[in-house]
Amino acid sequence: MDEKLKVELGKQGIFTTTLQELYNWGRKNSLWPLNFGLACCAIEMIATTMARYDLARFGAEVFRPSPRQADLMIVAGTITKKMAPQVVRLYNQMAEPKYVISMGACAISGGPFKQGYNVLKGIDRYIPVDVHIPGCPPRPEALIDAFITLQKQIDEQQLTGIGRPRHLDPDAPSEFIVPQFGAHDLEPPQNPDVWHPPLVNISLAGKNESGND
Amino acid sequence: MNLETIKSEIEANVPGCRLEIVPNNSPSGQHSLLIDHEHALFVASFLRDAAHLRFDYCSNVTGIDWPGKEITEKVKIKKILDGVEQEVEEIQKTQSAGHLEAVYHLYSMEKKHGPVILRMRTEDRAVRIHLPSLTPIWRSAEFQEREIFDLYGIVFDGHPDLRRILMWDGFEDHPMRRDYVEPDDYEYEPTPHDAVLQKAKQHLNETGGR
Amino acid sequence: MSATTAATAHFTLKPSTDGGEGQLLEVSMGPQHPSTHGVFRMDVALDGERVVKLKPVFGYLHRNHEKIAETETYLGSMPYTDRLDYLCSITNNWAYALAVEKLAGIQVPERAEYLRVITGELTRLQNHTSVIGFLLQDMGASGTPLMYAFREREKVLDLFESLTGSRMMCNYMRFGGCRADMPAGWLQQAQKVVEAFPRFLDEFERLLSGNEILMARTQGVGVLSKELAVDAGITGPMLRGSGVNYDIRKVDKYGIYERFSFKVPLGEHGDVYDRYMVRLLEMRESVKILQQAIRDIPPGPIMDAKTKIRGFRPKAGEAYGRTESPKGELGFYLISDGSPNPYRYRVRPPSLINLTVLEDMCLGQNVADIVVILGSIDFILGEVDR
Ligand code: SF4
Repeated sequence: MDEKLKVELGKQGIFTTTLQELYNWGRKNSLWPLNFGLACCAIEMIATTMARYDLARFGAEVFRPSPRQADLMIVAGTITKKMAPQVVRLYNQMAEPKYVISMGACAISGGPFKQGYNVLKGIDRYIPVDVHIPGCPPRPEALIDAFITLQKQIDEQQLTGIGRPRHLDPDAPSEFIVPQFGAHDLEPPQNPDVWHPPLVNISLAGKNESGND
Repeated sequence: MNLETIKSEIEANVPGCRLEIVPNNSPSGQHSLLIDHEHALFVASFLRDAAHLRFDYCSNVTGIDWPGKEITEKVKIKKILDGVEQEVEEIQKTQSAGHLEAVYHLYSMEKKHGPVILRMRTEDRAVRIHLPSLTPIWRSAEFQEREIFDLYGIVFDGHPDLRRILMWDGFEDHPMRRDYVEPDDYEYEPTPHDAVLQKAKQHLNETGGR
Repeated sequence: MSATTAATAHFTLKPSTDGGEGQLLEVSMGPQHPSTHGVFRMDVALDGERVVKLKPVFGYLHRNHEKIAETETYLGSMPYTDRLDYLCSITNNWAYALAVEKLAGIQVPERAEYLRVITGELTRLQNHTSVIGFLLQDMGASGTPLMYAFREREKVLDLFESLTGSRMMCNYMRFGGCRADMPAGWLQQAQKVVEAFPRFLDEFERLLSGNEILMARTQGVGVLSKELAVDAGITGPMLRGSGVNYDIRKVDKYGIYERFSFKVPLGEHGDVYDRYMVRLLEMRESVKILQQAIRDIPPGPIMDAKTKIRGFRPKAGEAYGRTESPKGELGFYLISDGSPNPYRYRVRPPSLINLTVLEDMCLGQNVADIVVILGSIDFILGEVDR
């Protein structure tokens, strides 16, 4: 339907919508996050749900302790190699449609602890991430911003066609490899179906120029 | 409390023990006492139970790795050169075995004094890595000794439950040792700097970008 | 029971130990479990509702702080200490700064000592309120007490933010002083928060201390004896809840603590309720310390002029420095070999050592009590696993 006509009708008190809009509207306003904190960032996540920042305004205050009841995983904190299999398993146990917010420097890349032998250098090595928020820890406002970003993403999803979301595409996977503990490292160290190392021109990076080529 | 007097008291009460004061040159002045393996438990229980000492609280237990150093020595060797016996100086390089060390910080909750610092050393870093566990004397050592076993690989004899604590069970290395080689997964870094930049570059050179 | 909701929980049935008809149920509780405040796991064996075995499993947040610190400069490790016990970054800074000051023999100017006491005790206030909030949350009072606690915590965090630039990760102290002096009006603001705090505590107590459910679930639960507490090296409010008078602020008199008059609250029974009460009373004492410190703070420099922060190289040697952090004895053990990086850097984590008596406290209790006992220990995984 023509956007203008729709707005015009709305002014007259006639509400028109499409199934897609209704469906996306419902999904985006009732994101139930998994009650799952890993490290320091989790405290900011809790602060976001508390009195001052009040995440409930965005329909996302119902933190569920069970992955079966959650739509959204907020990876809040450092993922160690010992923990990574559990994180992936939790993700696999969530029902589609499911989303991931990677909160904080650690969840994105290992952050300040990147050089640790037991630290996974970013959760996107094993599972797909929808929104990244930088910060160490990100402020509650940043987490709220991530929510709004995710809601926008959901709102724009086409339900049919090539760009349709994973849960409507029978060929797309909804479970991912759970890494195993090896003698020296996790096996595999990353999931090649999910993650490729971006082409970065490292020789430039030290000179404070953009490293992308 | 003076470490010298404590040392002589222990020597008087634990016959045959070999003690040595390890001096500390920093302004903290916290000197420590190196004790031998055979008498460690006796020394520890004396420190805990003697009425005027009562070190009933073992606060901190930790491991330290001292890898072997290369020792360069000039040695005079007799050699037969051109049919004549001569003394020649030669530089010999030997590798010392190094050792692992466990350090215990003791305080007294009853008398409110401390610290007294105990040290124990293994003979080398590869095979003779056993130390007596002091967990029977202070329970607070239990998990900390487990941690040392996990990260440094010191085996504590007499420990009730010596398993890995921080790393997973199938893990084979002892990561806090100074010669530990971490797995190389530095293929990507958006804004590398310092050490991470070096590691990422090294990874690039070795793998050609993959 | 929420134990069954843990995603990674798995159950095994084994014959019961008492030779009866019953079977033992082995439950793996965690690492994703809402009551563990992070990633902590317990292997629990249950006989009906009763706990017959409990083995803690650590390491899910082992992020190699000590190893990384060996490659960092002394200053470079300061921000990492923030992330140990991430509720109390300032007291962590303090413990580390104290150890380095011992190692290198650095004096701290008066004003900086006062700033340390003020920020440190504010940290204690916000830690203890949050912990009580979490304890109540674990008990099933979802929402209200924790909301109250976080409302107060935010006020303290506002102070930290205007002083240090960050809410949680303050990175405030330096060897020989503090990083930044108070901005204009900060002290008045702090005074307001401190003056208002006892009123909040009264409100909190009216809500909780006499509450029947709270008493029923905490009194006589998770009893820790004096002897065991000393033997196992327990420190902090947990030790004092068992009635041992040992507060490092009084024993070591580090910084300028001997100038303030305050009491050390002690428990009698060593149960969860006593630990809860000790924390509440400790907050009242902290308020007293804060009032005295805010009244007395002198003008002057906040950094020792002789100390070089960048390119800092202490002489070879070692030092162990410890402080009374809100969780217990937080100590740093440093060995210098004369280079800019420490040769060995060790954190003595109160949270880890306080957790070691978990099994002793839980045996014979009901499975639902595990959660309450855990909440009363007050541990932060960042410090447990480092
Ligand atoms: S990003 Fe920073 S605050 Fe968040 S978990 Fe990592 S270290 Fe902690």
